[in-house]
Amino acid sequence: MKLHELSIKELNNRLRNGETNQEEVLTYFSKRIDELDPKIHAFLEKDAVIPAKVDFESSPLAGVPFAVKDILAVAGQKARASSKILENYIAPYTGTAISKLLNADGIVFGRTNCDEFAMGASTENSAYGPTFNPWDLERVPGGSSGGSAAAVAAGLVPFALGTDTGGSIRQPASLCGVVGVKPTYGRVSRYGLLSLASSFDTIGSLTKTVEDAAQVMQIISGYDPMDSTTVNVPVPDYLGYLDKGVNGLRIGIPKEYFASGISTETERAVLAAIKQLEHMGAELVQVSLPNSVYGIASYYIILPVEVSANLSRYDGIKYGHRSAKASSLAEIYSLSRGEGFGPEVKRRIMLGTYASSSGYYEAYYKQALQAQVAIRSDFKKVFEQVDVLVTPTSPMPAFKLGEKSDDPLQLYLADVFTVGANIAGLPGISVPCGQDAGLPVGLQIMAPWFKEELMFQAAYTYEQATDWHEFRPPVW
Amino acid sequence: MSNYEPVIGLEIHIQLKTKSKLFCASPNSFNVESPNTNICEICTGQPGTLPRLNAEALRKAIMVGLALNCETAKITKFDRKNYFYPDLPKGYQISQFDMPINGKGKVMVGNREIGITRAHLEEDAGKLLHELPGSDLKSSQRSDPRMTYVDFNRAGVPLLEVVTEPDFKSPEEAGLFLRQLRSIVRYLDASMADMEKGHLRVDANVSVRKIGETKLPDYKVEVKNMNSFKAVEAALSYEIERQTELLEKGEKPIDETRGFVDHTKTTVSQRTKEAAHDYRYFPEPDLPPIAITDDFIQELRIALPELPQAKAKRFIKEYDLPESDVWQIVDDKSFANYFENVASELGAWFEADNISVEKYKKSLKSLANWLTGDFLAMLNRDGKTANESGLSPENFAELIKLIEQGVISNTAGKSVLTEMYATGGDPSDIVDRQNLGQVSDEGLIEGVIDKVLAANQEVVEKYKAGKTGVLGALVGEVMKQTDGRANPQLVNEILKTKLD
Repeated sequence: MKLHELSIKELNNRLRNGETNQEEVLTYFSKRIDELDPKIHAFLEKDAVIPAKVDFESSPLAGVPFAVKDILAVAGQKARASSKILENYIAPYTGTAISKLLNADGIVFGRTNCDEFAMGASTENSAYGPTFNPWDLERVPGGSSGGSAAAVAAGLVPFALGTDTGGSIRQPASLCGVVGVKPTYGRVSRYGLLSLASSFDTIGSLTKTVEDAAQVMQIISGYDPMDSTTVNVPVPDYLGYLDKGVNGLRIGIPKEYFASGISTETERAVLAAIKQLEHMGAELVQVSLPNSVYGIASYYIILPVEVSANLSRYDGIKYGHRSAKASSLAEIYSLSRGEGFGPEVKRRIMLGTYASSSGYYEAYYKQALQAQVAIRSDFKKVFEQVDVLVTPTSPMPAFKLGEKSDDPLQLYLADVFTVGANIAGLPGISVPCGQDAGLPVGLQIMAPWFKEELMFQAAYTYEQATDWHEFRPPVW
Repeated sequence: MSNYEPVIGLEIHIQLKTKSKLFCASPNSFNVESPNTNICEICTGQPGTLPRLNAEALRKAIMVGLALNCETAKITKFDRKNYFYPDLPKGYQISQFDMPINGKGKVMVGNREIGITRAHLEEDAGKLLHELPGSDLKSSQRSDPRMTYVDFNRAGVPLLEVVTEPDFKSPEEAGLFLRQLRSIVRYLDASMADMEKGHLRVDANVSVRKIGETKLPDYKVEVKNMNSFKAVEAALSYEIERQTELLEKGEKPIDETRGFVDHTKTTVSQRTKEAAHDYRYFPEPDLPPIAITDDFIQELRIALPELPQAKAKRFIKEYDLPESDVWQIVDDKSFANYFENVASELGAWFEADNISVEKYKKSLKSLANWLTGDFLAMLNRDGKTANESGLSPENFAELIKLIEQGVISNTAGKSVLTEMYATGGDPSDIVDRQNLGQVSDEGLIEGVIDKVLAANQEVVEKYKAGKTGVLGALVGEVMKQTDGRANPQLVNEILKTKLD
């Protein structure tokens, strides 16, 4: 097998056994990126950060390169969030999740493209050009972590980190046929993640297999004093749960996630996967999450409100783009931000400023927070009856570039099955489960708060019984 | 007499004294020479950084709240106050909106109760510099006159904003409250509270209404830019006068913010309130709400030291001190402790010598006078605390004893104190060395008096003609001849006998 076909553990094993060495690994992936990425445009930078002394025995991912979404800070690297406003910004520090991977002797290998400040579901909103889906170069890879998903799908890097605020890891994983994990809110430190919506942002992994995902999440999870929203609960041994099977596992099928608007073939693939789980001993339970209808609406109130404040720091004063035309303080602000931000970012800043203004705060923001409480309590009730929930990740497979870019609302609906987990703070995973018109389809498994092991267990069992994760895009 | 009375409320920003800033590990000491030295990625708002609350700041905020009899919140949270300004690195200030750490409280000022609305935590902003500090910079490093620079050393420093009810009825009352507040936060070691250095920043809301009215006036003027308690009082006095004049003319003062101008002792309009800011407060999602347990509050309550007001009451009762002196003694905790240490030395002596309670009390009054007079003046001049003076409480007590026992005169006492302050020496030694012991030898004094009378015949004539007031001049002359060492009481008595 070639290096890009190996799992994290297999690659690390080869390094341990001396079947390959660090230089060979890095050269291999570097060459592969040079060959394939001009077509895919998953990468913005190829810069590597290699720990001073890599001990291949130190962890199961020692010596293994990984890509980082352009929204995560790595000291000495650009951190632009695919925005023009941070064109020349170099991060002065490294965020916690990446520090943990570096401490495990992982190797930062390149920065991946994404929607500007992670706002989008297609990676078309990048100031540095779109990323193309390795399965069909006329189609989007999903987003916002489209660069990370495409890079892993095309075998340009063994794994990548992404961020998920409304589905930004799971949806591109689904559209690119890879495994994407969004952890419980508070499980992985956000320190170093350029905030979009602080209440929903999470850092997670994009990998070829569930085992790889469990491996990466094991390392980056855990309480961090630098992020007061992380929770100090022990991280179980995820790998130890993988082969526990699904016998007796109660799987909830929320009816609201199979409503109209979902592509027929996608639905068929997901239902087949559910049958498969049942066949392996899982108990299926029909459940209802009645308040999920408020998901998208409340998400697109709370998120922009937080965005409007989180992006205020990009003011042209301390770092980032400052308009050359500005001749007063007010112009430094208005022109720098006007020139630096793309249209989707501006739209959300304006929405959020409006929704948090005096007089509208109660009508919009407060209402949205109430909807959030209702959505959370739906999940809480359902998880009293079931162990995990299974749904489609995306209502449709990868769509063509430009197809939805004229209608922001259409694009917002791409998140319809994924936002729930963000609003409620739940963990979710997307695993390949079939094809729709020759394009990958993802199965979403959601677990209760801080019970990632249950979704790894179900996802792994499903993955081992099927071969969808072994389907490769044409560029492979 | 005016028919109007002022309605005054205060907002005080107190910089808390902590090791590090409110939300990061950068040192909380911003009055350093070089800009942007005590900063980090968090307090400069680098993308991706998150705040984490400084527990010391929270503890000190609660303790100040307890001292102001505020209700401590069971659950408190932080909020974002959104506005753009170059000294505000994140484009929002982390403050507290509807769930402040300290809720309603009250304090006694004189014999009136003043309500505290709230006292909440927030982060300070940086500072804009229009000129770079340091005159020895190379020309390439000198400031460009077209530029404004930002120093983030102060950004993220913890502030406690204390808001009072509009309960003050005079500038003096507001001033008294501020002095009390400063004293309290210093007792708690919660702030350096030096107004000149900006540790304590006061904004005042003032309006004026007809005496007898109970409703708040329908306008409010906010006064800023006052950098001393005297300035606060002066600004308020000016405003009260200005607003009263307007109202007497039948005009209504407008809602506005005015700045105090120190050299003219007046205020000038800065901005009208029409352009009211919408700060779009919303809960800070990076900091979860904090539950404050009763046990924690109890722990802090127990840790509260005796506060200035309680100490003043006790000193009046225990040491029989006059109310006029007591505040000067208790204002500073270490000074009050010094007083108590000297007093206890005196007490021990007087007990050993079996001297009457009256004499002891008299010596305490004398002690209070000496402390708040010459000694405090010397300390203030040199910016020292009593403990730093090098003058031990034992020695100070001995000085008071020497004076009270008539061994040395008051005048000699002053020079002994000066010498003690300078050298830290023992007062008896100094008295011996400088020959300052009081002369009570009648024969010796008589001899001097005879000489003085002989040399001042004209004065003697005046006295005999009924102008007894000139006696003082003769006493003075005798004292001068004896280098201030003659017992003044004896001098008086002998002079009178000789002249009458």
